[in-house]
Amino acid sequence: MPLNDTASAGEDTLIQLLSPSGVRRENSDYDRWVADVDGPALQALYEDMVVVRRIDAEATALQRQGELALWPPLLGQEAAQIGSGRALREDDFVFSSYRENAVAYCRGVDFTDILRVWRGNASSGWDPFTINMATPQVIIGAQTLHATGYAMGIQNDGADSVAVTYFGDGATSQGDVNEAMVFAASYQAPVIFFCQNNHWAISEPVGLQAHVPIANRAPGFGIPSVRVDGNDVLACLAVTRQALNRARTGGGPSFIEAVTYRMGPHTTADDPTKYRDANELEDWAAKDPISRLATLLQSMGLMTDEFVAAVNTKAAEVAAKLRSGCIEMPEPEPMDVFKHVYSTPNSWLDRQQENYGRYLATFESDPAATEGSH
Amino acid sequence: MSTMTFGRAINAGLRRAMEHDPKVILMGEDIGKLGGVFRITEGLQKDFGEHRVLDTPLAESAIMGTAVGMAYRGYRPVVEIQFDGFIYPAFDQIVCQVAKLHYRTQGAVKMPITIRVPFGGGIGSPEHHSESPEAYFTHTSGLRVISVSNPQDAYTMIQQAIASDDPVLYFEPKRRYHARGEVDESVDLAATSMEDAHVVSPGSDVTLVTYGPLVPTARDAAIAASDDGLSVEVIDLRSLAPIDFATIEASVRKTGRLVITHEAAQSGGLGAEIAASITERCFNYLEHAPVRVTGFDIPYPYSKLEFHHLPDLDRILDGVDRVMGRPNSLSGLER
Repeated sequence: MPLNDTASAGEDTLIQLLSPSGVRRENSDYDRWVADVDGPALQALYEDMVVVRRIDAEATALQRQGELALWPPLLGQEAAQIGSGRALREDDFVFSSYRENAVAYCRGVDFTDILRVWRGNASSGWDPFTINMATPQVIIGAQTLHATGYAMGIQNDGADSVAVTYFGDGATSQGDVNEAMVFAASYQAPVIFFCQNNHWAISEPVGLQAHVPIANRAPGFGIPSVRVDGNDVLACLAVTRQALNRARTGGGPSFIEAVTYRMGPHTTADDPTKYRDANELEDWAAKDPISRLATLLQSMGLMTDEFVAAVNTKAAEVAAKLRSGCIEMPEPEPMDVFKHVYSTPNSWLDRQQENYGRYLATFESDPAATEGSH
Repeated sequence: MSTMTFGRAINAGLRRAMEHDPKVILMGEDIGKLGGVFRITEGLQKDFGEHRVLDTPLAESAIMGTAVGMAYRGYRPVVEIQFDGFIYPAFDQIVCQVAKLHYRTQGAVKMPITIRVPFGGGIGSPEHHSESPEAYFTHTSGLRVISVSNPQDAYTMIQQAIASDDPVLYFEPKRRYHARGEVDESVDLAATSMEDAHVVSPGSDVTLVTYGPLVPTARDAAIAASDDGLSVEVIDLRSLAPIDFATIEASVRKTGRLVITHEAAQSGGLGAEIAASITERCFNYLEHAPVRVTGFDIPYPYSKLEFHHLPDLDRILDGVDRVMGRPNSLSGLER
């Protein structure tokens, strides 16, 4: 069955402020949203992207070394996540999938916390309310409804915060994402649907999911949408700021399709060479989000040796913290398995917990068994 | 104390909860202007406004999933699933999200969501309108499941469910909506636990355990059995997860015989859980293997046949005869 390419290509329809060769492109609609982004601000975006790419590489290495059970890399998607993530206000709330580690970075997550789930040491990395970001969602698309409901809550509270939900191209096939758009439009909820079309849902190409560009779907729900170059950090920042402004001023939901590319595997468990052409990777490498910003900074005289060294030092420091945080993470206590199932005591679980406690205690009271366990 | 129907008692309980806490909001299909297909929410949108009683689009997963987001924001959503058979599209959000978010976030995120489900048969409805899906949810950790059988419990327990910081499935026996009963509206919610089973009528020969729609049927069976010289103790579970096993255990230690009856299909149902748990806990007190009187393992039948599927007074008495070793429909069979 032939797959439709209009869902994947079509660079000419994308909002782009920075070309793949690093040239700033003027755009009368969107320049005003990034008018304040001066040299130091561009340098900060560059630093963010380099650091999160380093986090990604370090976590991949930790997985290969057996320290993590699994890791979902974001390699190639730095601009989409940093551009949108840096647009948010502290009181906005993010509902993401499992790949938005760069968004978590923007929210100020403790680096080690990103790894807790993947090491198998906790069911979640962080308390959602400390960084206003729900813990990563594994069920595809489920979080889009949570964001919409949260946005309905914002509306009820009369606040001007915004809920932002991240998901991939594959998620747009799910009922929940479509239902979320129905509800968002019905209630005009202040929510942003941020779709990172990274071209692959594990081994399924986007052409299998969509016969028209994904962004074209949202207007059918009554939600305005844009298609943005997801490897252009400046454009991602601009379109997200525009959508945030719409939501804060009562304009309702927005849909952003950031067209990008997942350069690595879906997770460390799969092998993309089995399902995609090497040429495709090469083509996308030429559109790399970090190198194009580097070229722009160079043309502005801002890629100084001092700046590059400072960025590399920061990335190395973060990576070192990530590694030591991972390896030194304390082992959970056995009885923690019973914690937080319910808010209040539950007789079924209390009984199982007591019985298991007694069972574990038999090892402590039996010296032979204790010795045998070492 | 006032007399009201079952349905009116739930309405009064919802109203009380909404007055008590401005964070309580109702969500569901047709629950606003219409007051729900069973009119349980009648008048509430008019009195509390459209921002607290939300008529939603027809999408069960979305109703449940947006309730999750509302709970993140500090609200206490009460969701109405229009009919039992429509809960399945919301199943993923209930078992993967509502049930697990407290655990997954190590207690940081509370999910005080109440899911109201009109359930069970006996009203001559078309397919998907008469199901008993409670066992799917009692099997899922993180959820509390209750089923009410009389107006007083309906009034009290809807408020307890809403006040609970845990998610609660609240199963309403739709064929009892018009049953009337006394309701004490000044009841102290803290005085009874949502987990307690009630001994509806005491007895000494057989323990008969049930819940929701079959409680009145079981009580009628106990009266009929007493005419036959048998003393049947009827227990209304009220809470299906967790089950108050202590109350059943105490009864079985006294009677030595256990019959469980529910409308839901037998295999993998609550009757199996109760039979196994009570056998584990008081094997030496049992005079006979526990007996289940349940719906059959079939899709819910068309309405002309539903009364064959639903346990009635005579089928329950047949089960009582089985645990008593008296002549019954299965006498002489080894199974």
